[in-house]
Amino acid sequence: MRKRWLKGERFVTLLLLLPSVIAVSVFVYGFIGWTGYVSMSNWNQLLPDYTFVGLRNFFKLFAHPRFQIDLKNLAVFTALFLTGALSIGFLLAVLLDRKIRAEGLFRTIYLYPMSLSFIVTGVVWRWLMNPGSPQMGSTGINLLLEKIGLGFLKSGWYTDPRVGIKAVAVAAVWQMSGYVMAMYLAGLRGIPETLREAARVDGASEWQVYRYVILPLLRPITLGAIIILGHISLKIYDLIVAMTGPGPGFSSDVPAYFMWETAFHANRFAQGAAIAVILLLMVSLLIVPYLIFSVRREAEV
Amino acid sequence: MRRAVLLLFFGLLVWGLIGWAQPGKEYVVPADTSLAAVAQEVFGDAAYAPAIMRATNAKSLADPAFLKINVLDMKIPAGAKLWIPERTWAEAFMAFWDPNRPEDLFGGGKLVVASWWTAGGEAEGLNALFEIYGKYHPDVQIVNATIAGGAGFVFRAVIKPRLIAGDPPDTFQLHAGLEVEGYSPETYLTPLDKLFEIEGWTEVLPKDLLDLLVYKGHYWGVPVNIHRANVLWFDKAIFDEYGLTPPEDWDEFFSICEKLKAEGVVPFVMGNAGGWEAAHLFETILVSTLGADGYKGLWTGETPWTSEGVTKALEILKKILDYVNPDYAALSWDGAGEYLIAHKGAMMIMGDWTNGWFMAKGYEGYGWAPVPGTRGIFDALSDTFCLPKRAPNPINALGWLRICGSKEGQIAFNTRKGSIPARTDLTPEEKALFNPYLQSCMEDFARDAIVPSVIHGAAAIESWVTDFKDAVNLFLVTKDIPGTQNMLVEAAEAALAEMGK
Repeated sequence: MRKRWLKGERFVTLLLLLPSVIAVSVFVYGFIGWTGYVSMSNWNQLLPDYTFVGLRNFFKLFAHPRFQIDLKNLAVFTALFLTGALSIGFLLAVLLDRKIRAEGLFRTIYLYPMSLSFIVTGVVWRWLMNPGSPQMGSTGINLLLEKIGLGFLKSGWYTDPRVGIKAVAVAAVWQMSGYVMAMYLAGLRGIPETLREAARVDGASEWQVYRYVILPLLRPITLGAIIILGHISLKIYDLIVAMTGPGPGFSSDVPAYFMWETAFHANRFAQGAAIAVILLLMVSLLIVPYLIFSVRREAEV
Repeated sequence: MRRAVLLLFFGLLVWGLIGWAQPGKEYVVPADTSLAAVAQEVFGDAAYAPAIMRATNAKSLADPAFLKINVLDMKIPAGAKLWIPERTWAEAFMAFWDPNRPEDLFGGGKLVVASWWTAGGEAEGLNALFEIYGKYHPDVQIVNATIAGGAGFVFRAVIKPRLIAGDPPDTFQLHAGLEVEGYSPETYLTPLDKLFEIEGWTEVLPKDLLDLLVYKGHYWGVPVNIHRANVLWFDKAIFDEYGLTPPEDWDEFFSICEKLKAEGVVPFVMGNAGGWEAAHLFETILVSTLGADGYKGLWTGETPWTSEGVTKALEILKKILDYVNPDYAALSWDGAGEYLIAHKGAMMIMGDWTNGWFMAKGYEGYGWAPVPGTRGIFDALSDTFCLPKRAPNPINALGWLRICGSKEGQIAFNTRKGSIPARTDLTPEEKALFNPYLQSCMEDFARDAIVPSVIHGAAAIESWVTDFKDAVNLFLVTKDIPGTQNMLVEAAEAALAEMGK
């Protein structure tokens, strides 16, 4: 019995899978475990110190004023980024789905920001949202507002602590809504025209068609988009670095940035690891239900 | 024609050889002998044989006329040409050479120098040091490993993992003072006490600086320069226009601010995009409200953070925020300096690397004064280079450190970078090579009370610096004086407990 199991195709398959299984288990899961271990150690100087301290690093972290601000910022950012990218992406998809002329051109234009890295996006938006000053003059968006006579709308953007992270969310929405549009567009194309016709025949207004027919049919796509955007949002770091840094009064600071600073500037490696673990838990809260959901569906099929 | 070419060729060769010459002398062996015997003769000690072997081999890489020595006890034939290094280099070599590393007896190889000097005068100064190094060690290939980022905050984050992983550069930049604690020097760095002794640096460096360089009883870095943090820069054109003189105390400072604000000029400019500039400003305010000893005491636990001086410093910072440029969070310190160059902003407080930057920008209309209330106090920081324990080419790095500490190196470096030499034994002619600001700075440094800068790594361990910086950054928005003072008190308690550990 055993010999037969090892024979033939199955054996080859196993052999081919083995290297990646080993690599993933060491470099992904191994290091996740290691980070978890470090987060409960006393390694808060350059020299490793693996004395077990339980959850002390976590308690300290949640009492830390900067970390509290970071969590709040992250919640604001995620909420704005998700609703912004989803709604703009959906709107663009619906408009493009109207069989307009030069659809290919518009699709490319909307999708294009996604091909940039967050670093480029960050630098560009930092310039666009540069506050300027009365003495040195305005630049970017403020200059534009001034030129079209809407000078009273000028803002400090990311340098205004009341705006802070919201400015970063605008840049992130600009970058990712085209991607959401592409997903929705694919979904819309997959909905047979007959379904809409049927609804219209039943007397549904165009609004009702979207509300009660199209949107429910697009639910898997919305879910997929939420998962993808959500995990980008929770891990956001490069955009912040390039665009604002932690900002005045940490108004654009996020846990990932704090993690980097506390580990490599303040030498608090255990505290940095604790932030990493918290981020991992938050992402898995989002991903794990989705994985269960999709595995179940596959099993059903 | 051919002759002329030949002559030119030989002329160049001779010139080249002289140009390369590292201090030391050529030595032609009169009769068959051994390295030990030569060492006995020239240094009076046979133990210096490895130093001669290294020096001669390094020479022979560039000039085959010198003997290539393969093993220490090789027979040296009559007529062979050796290179006898100068005595201090031989002593330094013997003090730092590890007999388990015979590869260090052959010269050549690389020298990886890691620093955060990437642009402007800083890069020029670094290149001047490289030139001098190349003159004395033509056999070594220099690798300039710079990592950009304000005040080295990014740099340190990159170097630390390399130290832990056992893959350090041959030498790297380090602020003098307690910043070294962040590198766990006892584990990762080589103490340089012997080098200080051999080179006589303990005689030519000021005592305040030497005190700052000692951590756990050892020297860990060789200082190349001194910068001053507490300088108020102002635009002369604006000051002349409104008939102002540099403020001596904060009352004068704020009356100037009030006057300029009414005129539509930005009274005080700052940048805080790097996240440390506001903390730098606050540090100099602390020096003014507490005085030299009071400020120093903050970092040793002698001055309580609950004291009146700290509260007053926070009040001053809060008041300054009413007069700053509105876009400070988007600007780095040099971006803020553009206000002065454009005559749109009147004053700024920043370290004296600003002087080098102004020079590079071709802006000459600036004046300087100590930060209000800090006349007679010199808030100092110093850049040093160190020797990691697992440096791949420790002897090449040793040659680098000697140049960093030498007069020749410090003059070449500092005139370009816009800082003053750490050594205080410059002749008046040598001092004349520096620009007017630097000359006045040298005078102040010799006369003033020296206090260590905190934001630039001298006064406190890095975790404390980070907490200090965070508290100030939060204060810029909350403007909550008791709350911030409380944060500073807690940071001090945690750090002092950690240092006592």
